[in-house]
Amino acid sequence: MLNDKDRIYQNLYGLQDWKLAAAKSRGDWDGITELLARGRDAIIEEVKTSGMRGRGGAGFPTGMKWSFMPKQSDGRPSYLVVNADESEPGTCKDRDIIRNEPHKLIEGCLIAGFAMGANTGYIYIRGEYYNEAVRLNAAIAEAYEAGLLGKNAAGSGFDFDLYVHRGAGAYICGEESALLESLEGKKGMPRMKPPFPAAMGVYGCPTTVNNVETIAGVPTILRRGAPWFAALGRPKNSGTKIFCISGHVNNPCNVEEELGIPLKDLIEKHAGGVRGGWDNLQAVIPGGASMPILNKEMCDTILMDFDSLKDVRSGLGSGAVIVMDKSADVIKAIWRLSKFFKHESCGQCTPCREGTGWMMRMMARIVDGQAQLSDIDLLETVTRQVEGHTICAFGDAAAWPIQGLLRAFRPLVEQRVIEAQQRNALAQAAE
Amino acid sequence: MAKVTVDGIEIEIANGSSVLQACEMAGKEIPRFCYHERLSIAGNCRMCLVEIEKMPKPVASCGQPVGDGMVIKTDTETVRKARRGVMEFLLVNHPLDCPICDQGGECDLQDEAVGYGRGYSRYEENKRSVGQADWGPLVKTTMTRCIHCTRCVRFSTEVAGVPELGATARGESMRVGTYVEKALSSELSGNIIDLCPVGALTSKPYAYTARPWELKKTDSVDVFDAVGANIRVDARGAEVLRILPRVNDAVNEEWLGDKSRFAVDGLKRRRLDRPWIRENGKLRAASWEEAFAVIANRIKAVPGEKIGAIIGDQCDAESMLALKDMMSALGSPNIDCRQDGAALDASRREFYLFNTTIAGIEEADALLIIGSNPRREAPVLNARIRKRWLTGGLAVGLIGELADLTYEFDYIGSGPESLKALGGFADKLQAAKKPMIILGQGALQRDDGAAVLAAAWALAAKYNMLNAEWHGFNVLHTAAARVGALDLGLVPGVGGKKISAMLGGGVDVLWLLAADEFDTSKIGRETFVIYQGHHGDAGAARADVILPGAAYTEKPGTYVNTEGRAQFGFMAVSPPGDAREDWRILRAISAYIGHALPYDDVSALRARLIQANPIFGEIGEVRRLAGLNHEAPVGDAAGIGSVPFSNAVHNYYQTDPISRASPTMAACVAAHYGTQAEAAE
Repeated sequence: MLNDKDRIYQNLYGLQDWKLAAAKSRGDWDGITELLARGRDAIIEEVKTSGMRGRGGAGFPTGMKWSFMPKQSDGRPSYLVVNADESEPGTCKDRDIIRNEPHKLIEGCLIAGFAMGANTGYIYIRGEYYNEAVRLNAAIAEAYEAGLLGKNAAGSGFDFDLYVHRGAGAYICGEESALLESLEGKKGMPRMKPPFPAAMGVYGCPTTVNNVETIAGVPTILRRGAPWFAALGRPKNSGTKIFCISGHVNNPCNVEEELGIPLKDLIEKHAGGVRGGWDNLQAVIPGGASMPILNKEMCDTILMDFDSLKDVRSGLGSGAVIVMDKSADVIKAIWRLSKFFKHESCGQCTPCREGTGWMMRMMARIVDGQAQLSDIDLLETVTRQVEGHTICAFGDAAAWPIQGLLRAFRPLVEQRVIEAQQRNALAQAAE
Repeated sequence: MAKVTVDGIEIEIANGSSVLQACEMAGKEIPRFCYHERLSIAGNCRMCLVEIEKMPKPVASCGQPVGDGMVIKTDTETVRKARRGVMEFLLVNHPLDCPICDQGGECDLQDEAVGYGRGYSRYEENKRSVGQADWGPLVKTTMTRCIHCTRCVRFSTEVAGVPELGATARGESMRVGTYVEKALSSELSGNIIDLCPVGALTSKPYAYTARPWELKKTDSVDVFDAVGANIRVDARGAEVLRILPRVNDAVNEEWLGDKSRFAVDGLKRRRLDRPWIRENGKLRAASWEEAFAVIANRIKAVPGEKIGAIIGDQCDAESMLALKDMMSALGSPNIDCRQDGAALDASRREFYLFNTTIAGIEEADALLIIGSNPRREAPVLNARIRKRWLTGGLAVGLIGELADLTYEFDYIGSGPESLKALGGFADKLQAAKKPMIILGQGALQRDDGAAVLAAAWALAAKYNMLNAEWHGFNVLHTAAARVGALDLGLVPGVGGKKISAMLGGGVDVLWLLAADEFDTSKIGRETFVIYQGHHGDAGAARADVILPGAAYTEKPGTYVNTEGRAQFGFMAVSPPGDAREDWRILRAISAYIGHALPYDDVSALRARLIQANPIFGEIGEVRRLAGLNHEAPVGDAAGIGSVPFSNAVHNYYQTDPISRASPTMAACVAAHYGTQAEAAE
């Protein structure tokens, strides 16, 4: 279990004030001038050695991502874009960071912007986060007031401007290239890669897109040192992570924990345990809606980090743990996710546009008891036809929950289909 | 250069090329729906997936740049499986209505489904259906068939420069459309029919008319503007059913203006299919023999200098030369091809050509447009200007009527006095390395036309548009026949009368070769008018004798476009009824009146053409001139007036007898200029 002294987010629950003075008393902005004086390369090197991996879902090493940015400008400016379009169902960590620790994010933006030579940062915040956007803007205004942003930010000699841009509520705009399109004022549709954002991002300029939690964690890493961060968690999965535990637990919560904590510990120690006890657990979606579901057997032993979950063909994703006890209809739950993905597909490329609707309808037939056993295999094939054939990872995200269901709960699905068939046959005979 | 291996074939290809281009270079066919050479890359159909070694997933080859040492596989089980999957997805919501779909037989989806489709459907859910949308009189939509490739969206945004198409909603509900239902306003809208890989966008006038395999396809040249777009005439029996563009990168790339494409139904209406003679003020049908006798009687009594000829805008060089030769034989110097009265100087070719050439626009870095709206006068050429403008670094200035040209420009002024004071644009011209001027017919069809021509030439000389490497002086014509006529010297000879002098009784006998674009009421009351042409339009209404000629699809003919490029069009169908190829009519009547022309067949006539001007021997080529001779055209640049310029073409859809006879073009006028057209009537 994570010691209190190792927490990055001391005000995650908003028990203290969020404003600049209170944030400073918690250590934010402390020695920022000297910190920046270490220089670009030193900062990137520190982030690299800390082993920080992107907290948005894909888990790409942050320091390495920063190092892709051009060292010398070719005339184009560089941009930092922070992805605060937290739309993954079940995820609400960035929301609490912005609400209660906005200065961690703002300070992180300045450091990241400095490290990659970006004089401008944009925070793309989910449209529904209205109150959060208001608070973030207020915090940014405070920072400008205190000389921590703007010209000669924090006395570093570096100019840094930070803007908040509100999205309009599309899930796909959390995909980094769709986010950039949306930021430019276009329809949020993912771009082809290459070119990658570090070469051609927002307005055609080098851009790095990072998650809120990634950026907000950087100041503490630099203050306490990379070795401190690297010592937490497991090798290659270092540091702490905010988990969002929801569903059939006694005490749903956001909690910062070390990576690699056993799922069982996480739920029992922080969320008050599964409703009706651990044995009443049916399934867990470990990383937000797009990650494959785990059955109880897998949950008993699984460690919550990038690589452990990958080994069971699921993923850490955004760290949103959705718990379902035995009262839940997992098939219907996955159908509901399919419906979500069908609704949120941008419609740009073929497999996702056509596949998400097809998958949703087949799932609906299984739920409604109108399916054949052969439909299960067909459903599986369709998910394979979508997966890996699309422009962005949305296709994978739409396919994985169903693949996870068929992997972890295939007997249940088959039983449901057979029972429905028998029921239908009886009803017909009775007529 | 990058070395890549495609299915074991090693090739070298320029860096920055796409994997798809590499595959094509290696002779591998890659199926695609959304990718198009002349549009931006969307990568959304996912049909062009290939396997690349060391990449975990199949890659969309259209958007993937080649890398040195790449090993590409286009025909593995993974690739086939991926494409089959994509094809299945495309078909799940595509209606199986091929038997009633106009795209049948030339449908990309149909073709690829043969290779990658299943023999049966695994999709048991309900199909999506999409409501009909009305996009105006030209493009028929069946949006249920749309596969969302967005080629039409990209075309209208990028090439046409009229961003009125887009996709609304998302996912399965995504619709391609005009946001608010409206008629497409671009003059190039018909091209989206060609671009659409399925039957979502088809030709409205051509709907349910024919299947592609029933059509006889003939290569020809467009005559509705002076660009000389290369076209293919599709005909069944004696009827021309549709016109499609042919690829010619030097001229029209693969685009075609809407008038050129859709005015074709005008070829079946108001046709002159037999000779007519005016008797007691009324026209009566006659035989060729009778018509010839009337003409011969009349001409014999008139001296050569009292005979005149006016040439129309869509004539082929062959018939124009035959008429000129006949007029010379009759001793008449009165011949004029400038029926609009444009002050074109035929003394040197560069005074009336688009010297920069159409492809040359892409080299220019500054452009001054004088008295022209290229969007209406030559939409395909305008698309080339926009293409150049999109790449950046092209400053455009406009003197004349303010209009939306689909690119940004500095508006300098409305009248000729702006030629003297270019304002801030002068600096841009000064700074440019390859500046060019486009002089429209609207600037020349005026009393001070010659002065404007001279003033424009003076500007070209002043701003270094005329040098050994570059010729930036350009006249944009609106008549397909004009440059050919000027090349053949169809302007008044020594002591000859130009059109204004021939009208009002200046000549006793007036031969109109398909000339309808002038005020025929100005022809003298006593003048005997012979109209030789294909449509019952203004000229025929005034005529005393009508000789039925052939329209451009009905005769083989040579046309010289505004650049001075001679191009040859083949004969697609026969002229209707008793109508004949125009040069044959002239050959026949010349014999009848005792001045037989010295050619009996078309090859002899062509030889005579080349003898008259060698450029007719260089079919398809253009001689790009250097601007070494700075001697100015006749005309006093100081004589420019102050009346604002008025463009030559205001109603794009109706500029000639064929388009005026076309119901489709009339529908376009109603859709686009509705109120104006009514007010004018």
